[in-house]
Amino acid sequence: MSEVKTTAASSCASSGEFVPKIVMFCCNWCSYAGADGAGVSRFQQPSNVRVVRVMCSSRVDPVHIYTAFLEGADAVLITGCHIGDCHYVNGNDKTLVKYKFIKSMLNEMGMEDDRLMLRWISASEGQQFAEFVTEMVEKVKALGPSPLRKDGVV
Amino acid sequence: MANANAVGAVAVIGGGIAGVQSALDLANSGYRVYLIESKPSIGGVMAQLDKTFPTLDCSACILSPKLVEASRHPDIKLMTYSEVTALSGDVGNFTLTVKKKTRYIDVDNCVGCGDCLAKCPKKVDDEFEEGLSKRKAIYFQFPQAIPKVVTIDPDNCLMIKNGKCGNCAKVCQRGAVKYDLKDEFEDIEVGAVIMATGFEAFNPTILEAYRFDHPDVVTALQFERYTNASGPFAGHIQTSKGELPKKIAFIQCVGSRNPEINRAYCSSVCCTYAVKQSRLIKDHHPEVDVAIFNIDLRTFGKGYEEFALRAQSDGVRFINSRPSGVDVKNDGALSLRYEGAESEVIHEEFDLVVLSVGLEAPKSSVELAKILGIELDKYGFVKTDLEAPTETSRIGIFTAGVAQGPKDIPESVAQASGAASKAGALLNEARKSLETVVEIPPENPIGDEPRIGVIVCRCGTNIGGVVDVPAVVEYASTLPNVVIATEEMYSCADDTQSRIYDMIQDYKLNRFVVAACTPRTHEPLFQQTCQEAGLNPWLFEFANIREHCSWIHHDEPENATHKAKDLVRQAIGKVKYYTPLYSQSLPLVHNAVVLGGGVSGLTAANELAENGYEVDLIEKTGELGGNIRKLESYKEKLETIIQKAQSNDKIHIHYNSVMENVSGSVGNFKGQIITDGKEAKELDFGIIIIATGAHELKQPGLFGYQENPIVKTQLEFKEAIDKNESGFKNVVFIQCAGSRNDERPYCSRICCTNTVRNAIQYKEQNPDAEIYVLYRDIRTYGMYEEQYTKARELGVHFMMYDKDEPPVVSGNTVAVHDRTINLHFNLDADCVVISAATVAEEGNRDVGPMMKVPLTKDGFFMEVHPKLRPVDFGTDGVFVCGLAQFPKLFEESVSQAQAAASRACTILSRDALLSPAELSSVDESVCVGCGACKDVCPYHAITLEEKVVTQKGLSFKAVRSVINPAACKGCGCCAMSCPTGAIDQSHFDNVQLLSQVKSVFYFEEEVN
Repeated sequence: MSEVKTTAASSCASSGEFVPKIVMFCCNWCSYAGADGAGVSRFQQPSNVRVVRVMCSSRVDPVHIYTAFLEGADAVLITGCHIGDCHYVNGNDKTLVKYKFIKSMLNEMGMEDDRLMLRWISASEGQQFAEFVTEMVEKVKALGPSPLRKDGVV
Repeated sequence: MANANAVGAVAVIGGGIAGVQSALDLANSGYRVYLIESKPSIGGVMAQLDKTFPTLDCSACILSPKLVEASRHPDIKLMTYSEVTALSGDVGNFTLTVKKKTRYIDVDNCVGCGDCLAKCPKKVDDEFEEGLSKRKAIYFQFPQAIPKVVTIDPDNCLMIKNGKCGNCAKVCQRGAVKYDLKDEFEDIEVGAVIMATGFEAFNPTILEAYRFDHPDVVTALQFERYTNASGPFAGHIQTSKGELPKKIAFIQCVGSRNPEINRAYCSSVCCTYAVKQSRLIKDHHPEVDVAIFNIDLRTFGKGYEEFALRAQSDGVRFINSRPSGVDVKNDGALSLRYEGAESEVIHEEFDLVVLSVGLEAPKSSVELAKILGIELDKYGFVKTDLEAPTETSRIGIFTAGVAQGPKDIPESVAQASGAASKAGALLNEARKSLETVVEIPPENPIGDEPRIGVIVCRCGTNIGGVVDVPAVVEYASTLPNVVIATEEMYSCADDTQSRIYDMIQDYKLNRFVVAACTPRTHEPLFQQTCQEAGLNPWLFEFANIREHCSWIHHDEPENATHKAKDLVRQAIGKVKYYTPLYSQSLPLVHNAVVLGGGVSGLTAANELAENGYEVDLIEKTGELGGNIRKLESYKEKLETIIQKAQSNDKIHIHYNSVMENVSGSVGNFKGQIITDGKEAKELDFGIIIIATGAHELKQPGLFGYQENPIVKTQLEFKEAIDKNESGFKNVVFIQCAGSRNDERPYCSRICCTNTVRNAIQYKEQNPDAEIYVLYRDIRTYGMYEEQYTKARELGVHFMMYDKDEPPVVSGNTVAVHDRTINLHFNLDADCVVISAATVAEEGNRDVGPMMKVPLTKDGFFMEVHPKLRPVDFGTDGVFVCGLAQFPKLFEESVSQAQAAASRACTILSRDALLSPAELSSVDESVCVGCGACKDVCPYHAITLEEKVVTQKGLSFKAVRSVINPAACKGCGCCAMSCPTGAIDQSHFDNVQLLSQVKSVFYFEEEVN
């Protein structure tokens, strides 16, 4: 995208070390609150994740996920309420169906399907949230940069 | 009930958290409120606190939105720096004379710029900083004071005292300083009064042994200011020499549990606040040694025991000993004298000693009680009855918070809501008679080009201590469409709101971004500010750089700053595509459902009915009364409550019934009442209160329960002695049976108090009986401490055992190791009473998901915020009270049930509900009527209808999706399911979300 007017804030990757960039979709009621809980309890975690808040994980559209990958995300995470706890009755059931589908698509496209992960995290699971972030950052570091990463975007 | 000419207004005396909560509840249920505070600002002691237990929330952060809401509410009139001097009239028609002490400031002209402070030559001890730093004679009580006007302290002002100086008047550009102003008196007409005057911290000077004269012996309230980022030491804990202390001691029960100085009661909060402070020390300086000297560790509230366990694992030492004194050595060092585990005297040096001072009634309450004509107890707290914890001795005058007795913040908040419910019920006839009709200012035209304003919050050091805030501001100001970016110390403070207002006006902004904490708590505040400034509230966006950044990347400030910039860019990427949204007015069903017919459920139902609403009370058994139904000693109290419910024709009691198949949402729930497992009745209701209780653990084999015939639970024993059953010569109580263990780490809260009550009752009935209480910590908090003292005086023996060495019951012998005196005993017993844990109802696992509300891991209902919203859930219109929330005593259940009713009244009293603005909508020109959205909608909000569609000049009939705004809850799953992109969810639409996703990586001008 040559018409980009302002590039990203200077990255900390000046040393040349691979810094994974991860987009995480959080639902307003459980996982976003879980992320808040991680903050309240000061559960330290790597700073590679950028949260996009949606009201329900079922709002996350394949287009959002593909866009994140096309723009240079090394991984995309979807999080929501535990099955049975959905604030909107059964939104997460629909999320699960769509997730499995998109994962198989990524496979077809020749991308490591571990770059897309789904995890249920409740409002009280701040620690689990931090652990998931830590675990995923390690995993993505092992996988290396996304094959779709654009040159110049770090 | 008050007479028909009652005044629809209430005076709340005391502007601390309790008073503010009462005021907000009443104002939101249709009453005018006068909030009277003697200090220059509202906020009370909570404003001074650093963090709050057990979540370690920043106290100012969670309090600020409430203070701001109270100060902005059209039906709350703040009367700060004011005192009540006289009361006349009677319930329903009181006249209160309020003395408005002069600030020597024309408050209408003071803008709170603070220029005068800089020029004032006189420095005096700052009360807000507990004397640790100085303020000027002209001052703000604290930087975020509400109202934001200065006050002159006449005792220290050189001009007022000696007629020399006058600097402040000279520098004031607005001529607001007026030395000749006098106190004014105003009479206000109210129907009821709530006294919520809070407490004063005990002054330890009289306990000379603790050497409060030494600069490194401080009170816990002073220590709050030590750790506070905006305190005198900027949050750096230090000794008087300015060094980080290596060893810090907390001495508990200073001014509590001490009959010699007429403070026989337990102050309830000190143990947990000491645990909190110790954890804050350990968080910042793990190497500092922290010891908490206590008689019993009383962490009895919800989550408090786990909170203390965490402190223990952080290395905090809990020492079961009350130091006899603090010695100051020749070199000025501090040494504590205390008794060790082997009864030896230990001298241990500490660099800083914190005295955990108790709570006491304000000295002014004696005078105020005289004016109001109400009774106080011997300590100066407001006297109430067990079954009416918010009612004073005079009808129409209520009480809440610590004014009534020591308690923590959630209990104060609950009681404050409870008092509001009682006052509201009393004045029901006059509800809405004085209500103000709010006019929303017209919206500014927003134009085509986004003009974005950005505020980056420091949140004291919460954000500013990690993230380089000026760098984020500078970065934000370079982003396209950003017209202005600036930083704030506390963006939620009242003065910031007026700056946001000005920014929107001055820069003609049509979008606004605040980078601060979580939208889950603070979004409504900023949305309201935008609205007042003529900006549609949905043109506002939050960037969470605290919970999601500074708090979790504490050790990598550079990366945190980088991430904060990204988060701000993301927010800007999204907000620029926002469009104005509007709610729709929806009908509201004005009746309530209460689940559970125990004390809590009955009380809640009675309160709601007295406030004028129909209630369906659903009880799963064939009887009302819950846990205490079988207890003779509660019979009279329970009968009164049951009678009240049964005789009120607004209350419909369904026995042997459960609620099932609940759908809908606040204001418009639908459900089925299933009676006797078959008969189903459909019901529409507006709100629901969950009061399903909890029960005593009945675990076979627990200390021989159900195997050894002499073993009874506390309730079984109480039932027996209420019937005057006697004959036990040796009764042994075992505390913490099934609580505070690995399976159930929580403290069941009520057992210690019940044990001493029952021990007293039995000892009085049978003076010759020997009674032993085997305990880990005796947790008779608040006034229940007097019962503990009484039990000891009656000769009940108390023996402390260790968690790892519990008593062993075999036949008629109980073996125990008394750790206080380090001796083993074999006690003869013909009755063993186990204080079995209070455990959550299994049925909660069904009710929780049905009502879409969460449970704790122990199965109790989890309120939305443990501190300030103790009976609310994230799901609107659903409330909790009583043991369903956590174990609690009779009077606490009553108080909380009243609170739940009060919160419910803030919804039921409205004429209509407003629909959420962020709904889905259909673009009929793109919809092909496939029905995929209809299939996935969990609320059946979408139907397919035949419509006349006009496209490209052609009109034709076609099937299209139609969304019902009353049923749509805005989850957005239909938008994902739509194959043509015809449905989108406002505020989370594809353009906005894609722009946000793309902005994660960089910022571009246009998405398409």
